[in-house]
Amino acid sequence: MTQTAARAAVNGALLSRFRDRAENEGLLDVAFTTMDSPVGLLLLASTRKGLVEIAYTHERSVEKSLRELAAKLSPRILEAPRRLEPVRQQLDAYFVGKRDRFELSLDRSLMSGFGRRVLRRTERIPYGQVSTYGDVALEIGAPRAARAVGNALGANPIPIVIPCHRVLRAGLLLGGYGGGTDRKEWLLKLEGALA
Amino acid sequence: MADRERRRAERALPPFQWLLDEHGSAVLRLLIGAVGPVDADDCFQDTMLSALRAYPRLRDASNLRGWLFAIARRKAIDSTRASSRRPVPVAEPEAVTAAVSPERDDELWNEVRALPDKQRRAVVMRYAGDRSYGDIAGSLAISEDAARQNVHEGLKKLRRRVR
Repeated sequence: MTQTAARAAVNGALLSRFRDRAENEGLLDVAFTTMDSPVGLLLLASTRKGLVEIAYTHERSVEKSLRELAAKLSPRILEAPRRLEPVRQQLDAYFVGKRDRFELSLDRSLMSGFGRRVLRRTERIPYGQVSTYGDVALEIGAPRAARAVGNALGANPIPIVIPCHRVLRAGLLLGGYGGGTDRKEWLLKLEGALA
Repeated sequence: MADRERRRAERALPPFQWLLDEHGSAVLRLLIGAVGPVDADDCFQDTMLSALRAYPRLRDASNLRGWLFAIARRKAIDSTRASSRRPVPVAEPEAVTAAVSPERDDELWNEVRALPDKQRRAVVMRYAGDRSYGDIAGSLAISEDAARQNVHEGLKKLRRRVR
């Protein structure tokens, strides 16, 4: 590489200064980063309000997720790992069994009204315990909506942190999972809820 | 139905990060050419912040590179004006010689953008980025002769079109 080409490279320092200025001037609507985890590469995205999405990248490409975030929230999206640092740290601790609850502010704007009710109830299921679609439906006052509860859990934009994996089918059948049932099983085993 | 959705997705504004990834170095090269390496970093910051600020209101996502270049040229003009009012550091003669006057060059840049892709990139790398033919050949994955040829053809068209 010639000296001129090296000089023209948009280097890390230049980018990081740009990210900082964008953040300080309130122009960074959605920050994202990716992280390796025992359940695969995860995409993490956060607005100024809080964590807005965790996506399993084997189910949906990073590119597709970002495009959807651009359309649904704002195209002012930058790769800015710093804002996601608390999320990454808490997830890392969770994955090695050193954390049993998350203390993060969440942005629920990717949830529908009904989904919000279902997921708020789901958040109260403690680590290591499980519930069923029917029970969650009952608890939010929609006893006949077990199937809709299943759909709402499947559309959970913040899996793991909002523990939709703790909701099973009646009779303790595993049921479905947005990230694939093998991951649901892995998480439940991690938490000791499944032998 | 799926087709319509796909077309809508293509028209939608992509995440700004992709603009940085795809066009960041070209913008920086243009700025180095216009204001010199000393001021190019600040100009780059100003360009990208202005772009980010205006981005959600952008109506047409079909030529994002051209849009960024237009903002960069405005920032280069601002920067050239500002630096013409302050003493020029003697130790950085390159910054002075590299400075062009972008006001006069607006028409020229429009024509540059209208060139076929390889010619445009070759001309910009050669004259905005000050890069060697060998380097241009490497960037475009063509031979050095082809790089010279592309620069030559591009310049010939520009001479014809810009009077």
